[in-house]
Amino acid sequence: MSAALSTTLSAGFERPVFDAQAVFRCVMMAMARPGLIRTLTVAVKPPGRMAPAAAALALAMCDFESPVWLDDALAADPAVAEFLRFHTGAPIVADPRKASFAFLADGAEMPPLDCFALGSPEYPDRSTTLVIGVDWIDTESGWRLAGPGVNGQTRFSAGPLPHDFLGRLSDNRGLFPRGVDLVFVHGDRVAAIPRSTVVEK
Amino acid sequence: MYVAVKGGERAIDNAHRLLDHARRGDPAVPEITPAQIDEQLALAVDRVMAEGSLYDRDLAALAIKQSRGDLIEAIFLVRAFRTTLPRFGASEPVDSGAMRIERRVSATYKDLPGGQVLGPTFDYTHRLVDFALAAGVSPPEPATAGQGEAIDAPHVTGLLDDEGLIEVNPGAQADHPVGDLTREPLEFPAGRDLRLQNLARGDEGFLLALGYSTQRGFGRTHPFVGEIRFGEVEVAFTPEELGFPVSLGRVALTECEMVTQFAGTAEVAPQFTRGYGLVFGQSERKAMSMALVDRALRTREFGEDVVAPAQDEEFVLSHSDNVQATGFVEHLKLPHYVDFQAELGLVRQLRREHAERAAAKASDAAAHREAAE
Amino acid sequence: MNAPMTAGYNFAYLDEQTKRMIRRAILKAIAIPGYQVPFASREMPMPYGWGTGGVQVTAAVIGEHDVLKVIDQGSDDTTNAVSIRKFFARTAGVATTTSTADATVIQTRHRIPEAPLTEDQILVYQVPIPEPLRFLEPRETETRTMHALEEYGLMHVKLYEDIARHGHIATTYAYPVKVNGRYLMDASPTPKFDNPKMHLSPALQLFGAGREKRIYALPPYTQVVSLDFEDHPFEVNRFDKPCALCAAHGVYLDEVVLDDRGGRMFVCSDTDFCETRRAEGHRGEMLADTPADGGAA
Repeated sequence: MSAALSTTLSAGFERPVFDAQAVFRCVMMAMARPGLIRTLTVAVKPPGRMAPAAAALALAMCDFESPVWLDDALAADPAVAEFLRFHTGAPIVADPRKASFAFLADGAEMPPLDCFALGSPEYPDRSTTLVIGVDWIDTESGWRLAGPGVNGQTRFSAGPLPHDFLGRLSDNRGLFPRGVDLVFVHGDRVAAIPRSTVVEK
Repeated sequence: MYVAVKGGERAIDNAHRLLDHARRGDPAVPEITPAQIDEQLALAVDRVMAEGSLYDRDLAALAIKQSRGDLIEAIFLVRAFRTTLPRFGASEPVDSGAMRIERRVSATYKDLPGGQVLGPTFDYTHRLVDFALAAGVSPPEPATAGQGEAIDAPHVTGLLDDEGLIEVNPGAQADHPVGDLTREPLEFPAGRDLRLQNLARGDEGFLLALGYSTQRGFGRTHPFVGEIRFGEVEVAFTPEELGFPVSLGRVALTECEMVTQFAGTAEVAPQFTRGYGLVFGQSERKAMSMALVDRALRTREFGEDVVAPAQDEEFVLSHSDNVQATGFVEHLKLPHYVDFQAELGLVRQLRREHAERAAAKASDAAAHREAAE
Repeated sequence: MNAPMTAGYNFAYLDEQTKRMIRRAILKAIAIPGYQVPFASREMPMPYGWGTGGVQVTAAVIGEHDVLKVIDQGSDDTTNAVSIRKFFARTAGVATTTSTADATVIQTRHRIPEAPLTEDQILVYQVPIPEPLRFLEPRETETRTMHALEEYGLMHVKLYEDIARHGHIATTYAYPVKVNGRYLMDASPTPKFDNPKMHLSPALQLFGAGREKRIYALPPYTQVVSLDFEDHPFEVNRFDKPCALCAAHGVYLDEVVLDDRGGRMFVCSDTDFCETRRAEGHRGEMLADTPADGGAA
């Protein structure tokens, strides 16, 4: 098995049980508090263009029961698929509608949100969580977030993202309880906008 | 002065010690061994394996010892152990047609290829308590002709199938792997694969009562025992790296094939239908009940109306599991005094208001009387 | 105190694959507040109905640095709370506490602590029947459609029938709530006294139903509204007297039967809250004559 692996394969968690828990807690709290930035305490060397936080999230959350979709930027680099397959066993799917998690390194070129699994009215949980690598996350200015997990109102911006992204988020909110949940990663930082969040200019 | 109750931890530890003591019973009586349970209470072991859904005689026997003979408790122990076991994959389907038959009876044909084999059964024992057993007996050597040998005994339903008289069993579907309700939450409507898994793990008493209810008219299926067979079958597994099946060993199974109510339409000629039961070990009661309920749960498939409990998939599948059922029924003995206090407060308030209304009515009536006088 | 761990089992008992499965369900539950996410609940080494859902959620969430508090009926000392706390002390080796303020993860059955929770705390509820509509419509196939269509008229009819018959809404615990204006949610069998504590709570609230295989959640600062009618507004349970031990008003009380001649006293159901107050010198009528420093049991 190991003979087939390239020598450049990035390592996984140093302490798998505790690191996975720490990363999950960080992602969970990011999802519970939309727009607030959490910083991972676990260092992971990511493959290719994947952000360290994205790689850590994959290690913590993905396995053979959670199909993964990669954007062109990540799919172009075999090291990414190799990393995911080796460490998580997650099947990598070409159809974003079949993905539990979608990893994107190139937010500006991302496909429309309704290309992913949106869940059904009966089972809205059967939907994709998008993990989007960005170059910056800012909570000083930007969109106004409101809704569950937001204490009053908070500000958030990240990028690069498509110019019409705010409209896409608003359409996604309009589908509630269906829809996708977004996790933005930059370096070892994580912030989320779940489908329940109302995002305004 | 009032002192709140404390010391839950010590109470629990003490209760466990007392339980250990009660389990052992009188130390003057020799302690029972799992091997004795396995050999001499084999049908209890079979039931614990079947409803524990884990084929491990030693573990089931030990669980029976640990549970003091409370079989649902033993099933629970086996289930909780099973959850912690790693999974390597699914075996190849077992071939019950190649079973080393110890017992095989058909109620639909007087004689048939492979013959009727009574085997070890209580069926024709007179239920007279055998007081000689109390002292221990060495039974005479059994007659062994045909026992446990490979008899060529084709399935009775296969004989019917040759004539087109019974619906064809669906084959395996590569694109639809068999589900596993221990890995995915059960959803309704459930496929027959999941229903059968649920029934195979289900409580024998519950299935028995449901099966019985279909015979009494609550969802009649016109059943005939096409065949019941008990014996060992080989289990084979195909490891990913080998690509061909290797034998893992043998398991004892009881299989029941019910030939049930025929169906047909203007387009399809009438055919008998099937109900299927399969359980670990020797348990004809469970296998037969399972087959009856399986058929009852196929009601909708045959375009019939669901009118009886045994036909009601959500009712049957949601309540068949005795580990779930016993947990939830018995949880009522946990403290509920916070909720009870809430109810107490309300009932007191309602009674107070009721009394006030009654008093007001009485004084109104008195005032009326006075005015009238 | 950290306890030594039991050998042979993974941290917090569950295998890592099971934890990932539960963690994925928790993320969805948080993203869809009040919606019951089906999950492949495992068979735990404790009976169904005794907290297997809460235990699985706690096991998926808890880490080596967490401090765990477990309460049942508001008390740390009830036998099932003791049993679950011991389970985690043995299988996860985590620190445990009875102090609400010191805990980072609190697993509860039937109560929400009296002391306000913080953003750094997670409250895990053990839930027996997660479906608020279950006693009105026993079929999952039906209730699932009702949630999909946001068709909750049945519940309003039920509450209204209560009023017609009794003059009050006769639900005193597991009182239904509407979450963020969308999902009808079972508040678990906490007395309705605790419902207002769910509303805009700074703590993350997670709900686990093991036997029924459902997980749901309330993110911090989520709107949680108890159902009511304009002419019959929601009211919490009220008590005539303060706690007999710590003199607290506006808390939930247990009724303790003192004798068979009608003798009763009412004491805090939240034992940590009561002990904290007594340590601060508060004295109820039953303790009026004891010194302020530690007469409390």
